[in-house]
Amino acid sequence: MAERCAVIGVGQTKCASKRLDVSIAGLVREAAVGALEDAGLGFGDIDAVVIGKAPDMFEGVMMPELYLAPALGAVGKPLLRVHTAGSVGGSTALVAAHLVTAGIHQRVLTVAFEKQSDSDAMWALSVPQPFAAPLLAGAGGYFAPIIRAYIRRSGAPADIGMKVAVKDRLHALKNPYAHLHLPDISMKMVEDSVVIWDPLHYLESCPSSDGAAAMVLGSESAAAASEAATGKRPAWVHGMAMRSEPTMFAGRDQVNPQAGRDCAAEVYRQAGVSNPRSDFDCAEVYVPFSWYEPMWLENLGFCDEGQGWRLTDEGATSLDGGDIPWNCSGGVLSSNPIGASGMLRFLEVALQVRGEAGEHQVDGVRRALGQAYGGGSQFFSMWVLGAERP
Amino acid sequence: MTAAPTPRQGSRPVAVVSFAQAPNVRRDTAHNEVELLMPVITEVLGAVGITKDDLGFICSGSTDYLVGGPFSFVGALDAVGVWPPKSESHVEMDAAWALYEAWVRLQEDDVDTALVYGFGKSSMGDLGKILALQLDPYTMAPLWPDPVSLAALQARALLDRGLATERDFAEVAARSRRSALDNPKAQVAEDRTADELLGDDYVVAPLRRHSLPPLTDGAAAIVLAAGERAFELCERPAWITGIDHRVETHAVGARDLTASPSTAKAAEVAGVSAGPVEVAELHAAFAPQELILRRALGLSADPTGNGSTVVNPSGGPLAANALMAGGLIRIGEAAARIAGGTAGRVVAHATSGPVLQQNLVAVLEGA
Repeated sequence: MAERCAVIGVGQTKCASKRLDVSIAGLVREAAVGALEDAGLGFGDIDAVVIGKAPDMFEGVMMPELYLAPALGAVGKPLLRVHTAGSVGGSTALVAAHLVTAGIHQRVLTVAFEKQSDSDAMWALSVPQPFAAPLLAGAGGYFAPIIRAYIRRSGAPADIGMKVAVKDRLHALKNPYAHLHLPDISMKMVEDSVVIWDPLHYLESCPSSDGAAAMVLGSESAAAASEAATGKRPAWVHGMAMRSEPTMFAGRDQVNPQAGRDCAAEVYRQAGVSNPRSDFDCAEVYVPFSWYEPMWLENLGFCDEGQGWRLTDEGATSLDGGDIPWNCSGGVLSSNPIGASGMLRFLEVALQVRGEAGEHQVDGVRRALGQAYGGGSQFFSMWVLGAERP
Repeated sequence: MTAAPTPRQGSRPVAVVSFAQAPNVRRDTAHNEVELLMPVITEVLGAVGITKDDLGFICSGSTDYLVGGPFSFVGALDAVGVWPPKSESHVEMDAAWALYEAWVRLQEDDVDTALVYGFGKSSMGDLGKILALQLDPYTMAPLWPDPVSLAALQARALLDRGLATERDFAEVAARSRRSALDNPKAQVAEDRTADELLGDDYVVAPLRRHSLPPLTDGAAAIVLAAGERAFELCERPAWITGIDHRVETHAVGARDLTASPSTAKAAEVAGVSAGPVEVAELHAAFAPQELILRRALGLSADPTGNGSTVVNPSGGPLAANALMAGGLIRIGEAAARIAGGTAGRVVAHATSGPVLQQNLVAVLEGA
């Protein structure tokens, strides 16, 4: 990286099934204004805007950034729209961060959103395409067989997924922005919910959410100015990377994709991380279906292959006494505004590093990992944030 | 060795070293997006003797709404074959903005080469209805204003202000179609005078048939290289000495449609006026828009081709208009003048959104 980059402002909306109180513009503006206020800035201080979201058919608006330009204070400025499937919230933040590290801009506003209630994501994912197998059961139908392959391969007990579902919903109770607040959540409640994609119970799946996330990313001088104005510490970017691989070809390992392993190796190299489980104080990882926690624990090198479920089983990833808490915010299992879900992972680690995570804060976070993935487990974006200037 | 010219933005010189495009046909029923892209990507990499394994970054531009399904870029990535995994990104914009993202990425010296591509098949749906869905979903889209009608409002505003005549529109079209005779990839190429074209019927007054772009299926790709790597790959790299893009408000009624302040601002930042502009490739999908862009860029207002700047020697969007690739093609065509040794300083322009809402301007120079 040529120039340093830091998160200097963070904003997010309350996630809900239907945010009927706001238009799409109102939703993104709520997050954007929050991030600007957090950074002690106004729209006039921003050099460029980078916005991301998942497929446009999720709202039924083609290239909505055009209509959103005034709501985001982008008129007269550069505006970029990123779309990299489910990883988009993360890659949008990375595109924005590179505008700073490349030395092009001082302060960049980055925003991601989804207003799922405006359309129907299940329909949008299931439009028949010529010569392609229909994905009639949405994302869960795609991932369930991969999860079954993981269980068979690792010999994991059947209740591991349910443990993740309970743990993340307990975390969500400490996050006022989370969509799902289920105070009575229990193993029995998850087990009693209907199986929608074997082996996934209803409560082992993410919800459909309306929501938006925003961050202001700044250069070293911008970070110093915001810290002086707000008294809030910046969260420094220590490493960032994206990796993609094809959806399918003979021999592709969809359970433990190479692109995810490569992406992690690259951000760890940049950040000087050799043992993620001990070097990180917490992580926010894209877990839309419960079993993806043990699968990503292995893919990200927090343990050896086949051992991820043991960390979950032992409670290592719990905010309540675990040594490496994952998804303290409640994660994607508790809030899933699809296009924003990756950015929420990136944003939540910024909150943790800045000591601003409130009730779900992990004590003394020095370094944390944010991860997002998308497509058929083929697009990955990650960043490592740290409290110290690199 | 010749040195790269110093860029106005960024710290590292980056150049277009290779450009390829598919034939811009009216309706390609034989190829899906991957099949459309594969020969283009093979050609663009092969021309500089590299393979996908040499690429440090990949970025594409496309829109799901042309395909009518989600994740159209995901399938298209199979045209590259990113295995082992690659650093890769995508914009839901014209691929000119994918080039911008790649240019930013190349400012950091861990990456030396990047592949940029874009694709769009307009033939698969009703473009008038599809592009109406690009408008404000609460106040405009429900009225289904189609892009030709919006461009006609813009043209009418030009006429009403006395800034152009219908003959000017015809002159732009006549010149573009004549230039396209030299472009084997163009779709509309012929030698007819403005007088003859003025005999066309109106499609939406005051726009006659010749002021509209042809519906096009197409794809294009560019290889960017930074620093010394550009000279290794290419005899005459087209150095991007300035590049910027700006957006205007979406509300068509709140804009002065006869001007393009976002183009003017981008041109100022990119440094268009800092030297002579020998060639300009302008992403003016409708003939009147060329006149607006000429003024915004400070080029001669004469649409007949007598000015000091050669505008759209490829024939431009009036001869071939592949959505989502058209802006990238302008950059590629402009760079080709440098690579071919026929120009030393050129300008490329790309646009996105209704009636020139968002604009990108790049200045490219030889060493």
